[in-house]
Amino acid sequence: MTALFVSWGAPFGVAWFLSTIIGILVIALPVMLAVAMLIYADRKIWAAMALRRGPNVVGPFGLLQSFADGAKVFLQETIIPSAANKALFIIAPIITFTVALLAWAVVPFDVGVVLADINVGLLYILAISSLGVYGVVLAGWASNSKYPFYSAIRASAQMISYEVSIGFILICVVLWAGSFNLTAIVESQKGYYGFLNGNGFNPLLFPMAIMFLISAMAETARAPFDLTEAESELVAGYQTEYSSMAFALYWLGEYANVILMCALNAILFWGGYLPPVDWAPLYYVPGILWLFAKILFFFFVFSWVRATVPRYRYDQLMRLGWKIFLPTSLFFVFLVSGFLMLTRYGGAQ
Amino acid sequence: MIHVLAFYLFAILVVSSGALTILSRNPVHSVLWLILAFFNAAGLMILLGAEFIAMLLVIVYVGAVAVLFLFVVMMLDIDFAELRAGFVSYLPFGLLIALVLLAEIVLGIGLWSAGPIELAQRAAPTAPDVSNIKAIGTLLYTRYIFLFEAAGIVLLVAMIGAIVLTHRARGGVKGQNIAKQNRRRPQDAVRNINQPIGQGVEL
Repeated sequence: MTALFVSWGAPFGVAWFLSTIIGILVIALPVMLAVAMLIYADRKIWAAMALRRGPNVVGPFGLLQSFADGAKVFLQETIIPSAANKALFIIAPIITFTVALLAWAVVPFDVGVVLADINVGLLYILAISSLGVYGVVLAGWASNSKYPFYSAIRASAQMISYEVSIGFILICVVLWAGSFNLTAIVESQKGYYGFLNGNGFNPLLFPMAIMFLISAMAETARAPFDLTEAESELVAGYQTEYSSMAFALYWLGEYANVILMCALNAILFWGGYLPPVDWAPLYYVPGILWLFAKILFFFFVFSWVRATVPRYRYDQLMRLGWKIFLPTSLFFVFLVSGFLMLTRYGGAQ
Repeated sequence: MIHVLAFYLFAILVVSSGALTILSRNPVHSVLWLILAFFNAAGLMILLGAEFIAMLLVIVYVGAVAVLFLFVVMMLDIDFAELRAGFVSYLPFGLLIALVLLAEIVLGIGLWSAGPIELAQRAAPTAPDVSNIKAIGTLLYTRYIFLFEAAGIVLLVAMIGAIVLTHRARGGVKGQNIAKQNRRRPQDAVRNINQPIGQGVEL
């Protein structure tokens, strides 16, 4: 696209700037639309699992429910508690929302269809997701209220704990792919046993795929790990004092994070934009559709788990993170690197 | 042009947020300014072409260290007035330390840029096609492998030391044995009895 603007007579820098902004809009707007539709999908899935109807009034099959909710929230008054730290109280939801969108910059939708094809793509995602905790912590502190503060403490401990094991899981994938670049990671998953695409089919990485799925739920604080907003203990957690658009920003950011984690699951372990089977006719389907199909599948798994699994106790959550996931993922780092040393990198030298 | 603009933007933000870290009245705000300083330092690293270091700076400092700072500071009950009362009396000492640090940096960079390593580097710089993850990895795991492992051992010792120093065995704590909890079946815990009238339940 930069070339197009250059051919219209713009200098290269300006052309690059314009095309990047267009690229950002082309990614961010559909993500927001997807968030709206996935909130609807989530509610429909829970409803179906609880033998209810779910949203079915606004629009055909209730399809416009999320937009109605959005409009309602938009028209409400933003209430800032008088004891709150105003600047931080307003900044906190903005951080959550921005960070949730930032990470999409490095997600490859097809070969070469990526906003920023940087060679530290995975590290960028780790860096961005480690920023996400500030939105929650600041909200908890700035609200100047008990429940948000408890929730913020829980959230930050939970996110940091699971980031450690996610880091080790990602290292396994990076070792196997030999690159931090997400496109390179996807390409490296081609042709397991000659016909399957995806690290998940690798017996050494399959346990990592499962652990990553669970850690992703914990990292995004989805049920069964949604202790940060456990309504029986903490009212609405760190969002308790929020209303109107500030609340909506948390809502959107949370779902954007969930979709991102689904996309990462697909990209790191199940072949991203590659078809699941390495068979020529399947490559006629555009890669972006395969990626979307995988994202939707994982999203279904997320809401399936949310609808069926009861919430963890906080000590159980910490135990799972530190005593089970951390040692296991560390062990697998040794296993994967040892296997690669013995095979791909030519044995002990 | 845009490179220069970005440099000045990041540099001004680093310096000003560093200053605000010291000047702001609320310790939580101080930590937040510190985080902004870290973040902009990462931006400067990216401008230098050291994207790996930049990402690690964000992951390690912003994502982990600063969160712990924030955690501790948020829960502290600090008397701000008392904290600021000593400012003037500590000022000369602080300035002295700042001066020593500045002298060390100037001396270090001066000696380094005239020293044999830098001169050799200028004669044979790192090949441009080697990404800096690879360059750092090769250097870290070949020439500096012992220092790297020594650093690892120091960290391990520090970690164990911290646990040993803070751990105390408390009495009266009910530990949980998860395997035992999972082994427990309803028939171990529940008993159906046909209770005769007028007698107490035998527990």
